[in-house]
Amino acid sequence: MAIVYKAPDALCDVPMHYCPGCTHGIAHRLVAEAIDELEIEGKTIGVSPVGCAYNNYLYFNCDMIQAAHGRAPAVATGVKRSLPENIVFTYQGDGDLAAIGTAEIVHAAARSENITVIFINNTIYGMTSGQMAPTTLLGQVTTTTPYGRDASYSGFPIRVSEMLATLEGPAYIERVSLHDIKNIKKAKAAVKKAFKVQIAGKGFSLVEILSTCPTNWGLNPVESLKRIEKEMIPHYPLGVFVGADLEV
Amino acid sequence: MGQKLLMKGNEVIAEAAIRAGCRHYFGYPITPQTEIMHYMAKKMPLVGGVFLQAESEVAAINMVYGAASTGKRVMTSSSSPGISLKQEGISYIAGAQLPAVIVNIMRGGPGLGGIQPSQSDYFQATKGGGHGDYRMVVLAPAGVQELYEMTVEAFNISDRYRIMTMILGDGVLGQMMEVVNFRDEEKIEKFDKSWAANGHENAREHNMITSIHLDPAVLEQWNVGFQNKYKLISQNEQRYELYNCEDAEIILVAYGSVSRICKGVIKEAAEQGITLGLVRPVTLFPFPVDAFEKVINTPKAFLTVEMSAGQMVEDVKLTVNGRKPVYFTGRMGGMIPTVNNIMTKVLEIKDNHR
Amino acid sequence: MFLNEIIIAGFGGQGILSAGRLLAYAGMLEDKRVSFLPSYGPEMRGGTANCMVVISDEDIASPVLNSCSALIVMNSPSLEKFESWVKPGGIIISDSSMVQKKVKRSDIKVFEIPATQLANEFGNKTYSNIYLLGKLIKETGCVKPENFEKALYGILSEKRHYMIPEEMEVLKVGMEY
Repeated sequence: MAIVYKAPDALCDVPMHYCPGCTHGIAHRLVAEAIDELEIEGKTIGVSPVGCAYNNYLYFNCDMIQAAHGRAPAVATGVKRSLPENIVFTYQGDGDLAAIGTAEIVHAAARSENITVIFINNTIYGMTSGQMAPTTLLGQVTTTTPYGRDASYSGFPIRVSEMLATLEGPAYIERVSLHDIKNIKKAKAAVKKAFKVQIAGKGFSLVEILSTCPTNWGLNPVESLKRIEKEMIPHYPLGVFVGADLEV
Repeated sequence: MGQKLLMKGNEVIAEAAIRAGCRHYFGYPITPQTEIMHYMAKKMPLVGGVFLQAESEVAAINMVYGAASTGKRVMTSSSSPGISLKQEGISYIAGAQLPAVIVNIMRGGPGLGGIQPSQSDYFQATKGGGHGDYRMVVLAPAGVQELYEMTVEAFNISDRYRIMTMILGDGVLGQMMEVVNFRDEEKIEKFDKSWAANGHENAREHNMITSIHLDPAVLEQWNVGFQNKYKLISQNEQRYELYNCEDAEIILVAYGSVSRICKGVIKEAAEQGITLGLVRPVTLFPFPVDAFEKVINTPKAFLTVEMSAGQMVEDVKLTVNGRKPVYFTGRMGGMIPTVNNIMTKVLEIKDNHR
Repeated sequence: MFLNEIIIAGFGGQGILSAGRLLAYAGMLEDKRVSFLPSYGPEMRGGTANCMVVISDEDIASPVLNSCSALIVMNSPSLEKFESWVKPGGIIISDSSMVQKKVKRSDIKVFEIPATQLANEFGNKTYSNIYLLGKLIKETGCVKPENFEKALYGILSEKRHYMIPEEMEVLKVGMEY
């Protein structure tokens, strides 16, 4: 009998702690599938962030290192510079990567560190219960913008992919979304391509994944997926920002 | 036959690290330790190593965390304000039990302070400048030859115990030149690194390097393990020098470059018919309590001398524990105590204990 | 006991620190204990610079000096700062083309050499420190001239080795001045 569905080998057989309807689980699966298909689990080292995914070192079957808040790109730099033949990825949320870790991600990109960054953008801090993130949309209500994010007071959301694309360092940057099957397939291809870019030694690769946070958005899972499409994609357009023509 | 060279302290630290098998250095420029970076930038490419100038001290220490996680010998260096920035990473490295070597060539503080030599980071180094119940081994060399010996030793201690070792120097030690005798070859001990995150190659379970344990009962057990390790280190690794302590009326206590000045004081005092001794802690953590037990009955009093407002003196008092009076004299802000400064205090103490 | 505690002071750019390093290096070649401690920081860039050199046949207590047996000064502020540091019976060697002030003390030996002027006349102003080191070596015997020459070979980059015969010539002028 043909197997049509199985858990990826690169994921440990343990229950995940993520909330119902959260797309972290899908993102993890896409990373794990890419690792399986490229047969790199034995030489891959992942770096976990601070945020909801803080303990995904328990979920990925490759060697894992837990990093301080925002510092994953620096930690990954230390790893990759020590083990240039190995595959190194970070998995970071928007608070981790685009607020406290802005310096680290910008400079890792500028140096074109040959690492892969999986960047989860759900426009909010999940783990600490729903505060404004650097990617929070204008007008969005969070626990620290209870009247909605006001640009005159809290500034504007950061488009990370576009910002990093202004640098000469990155080899591949793409923004994808997990709001429907078609887009999940595209996201899968992007994640896999990012790893292939690293394997080919082309330099820094980053996939920004638009994700949900039903719990902190106060929406049910289905409404959450719709919010990505209706509210987030207009501000965070999908597409390849660097490396569209890159063949790996 | 070895190699005899006239070298600057900072450069000797860098050369010693390379000789000890360190092939990864991450740092950020700050006076008065920048020559360590310059040396690494020049030499690492020649030995197939990695020198990387990080975007910040914070990034540098996290690069150290990453490299140490793979089991490689790794070092960073900085001076006081930069070491403050590294405290986050230092705490995480302690929590994840990674071996790493950190150099602090101290300058006057607080804040941006100055760039002249100081010893005012003693508390930060020995009591934990970052959060949590952690310690690191702190070595306090007093000359260029010792900078060499102790830098090599720092890597061995770090690997032996999976702990950070700090080389705590000051601007005098970093900037001065003395003769250093390098051995032809370093004996690099081999240590078990089966814990490292370096790719399991489908041959073992996945390794996880982490400092987070949300279950307090689990975290407590981790801490118990840390404390046991620190206790073991305290038993095994105390280092000190006793100088002229037999028959000393007053025993001076000083580390690093100040201990050198104190030796000058001892000479000067001898000319005036006063017998002084010196306890020189070489490890600041573990604090060399054994040294004090050996001499506790000899002097009328102890005099701690530091380039600070009085930090190590607290450990001296804890160790002496009321058995003898403990005095303090020091200079701050980058000023170096003179022989006269110290002699004045010695005479005052002598007066108190006629 | 053989103990030379030497302070060399002047402006950044006068070769203050190289003079100190050369002495320490030469001392090392004689199997003496040596230390060299430079001033560091912004004062090096155009401001005052100084270094402390100890050459001894015993272990050196501290490289940080609070007094000295010999002082070389190459500008007036340095004389003002360090004159009182010289131990009675010690010496001051002053570049009299740069130091206008006179030494006030009478319990020490003073040598005035217009080193900068001599160097300019010689045709290489970077030699001014060598005249003064010549006098220091002659008066204190802290190192031997032949070891000073070896120190020049040891410290100077090879492309500057052609200068060394000239520098030794200058050293001898300083010794006999």
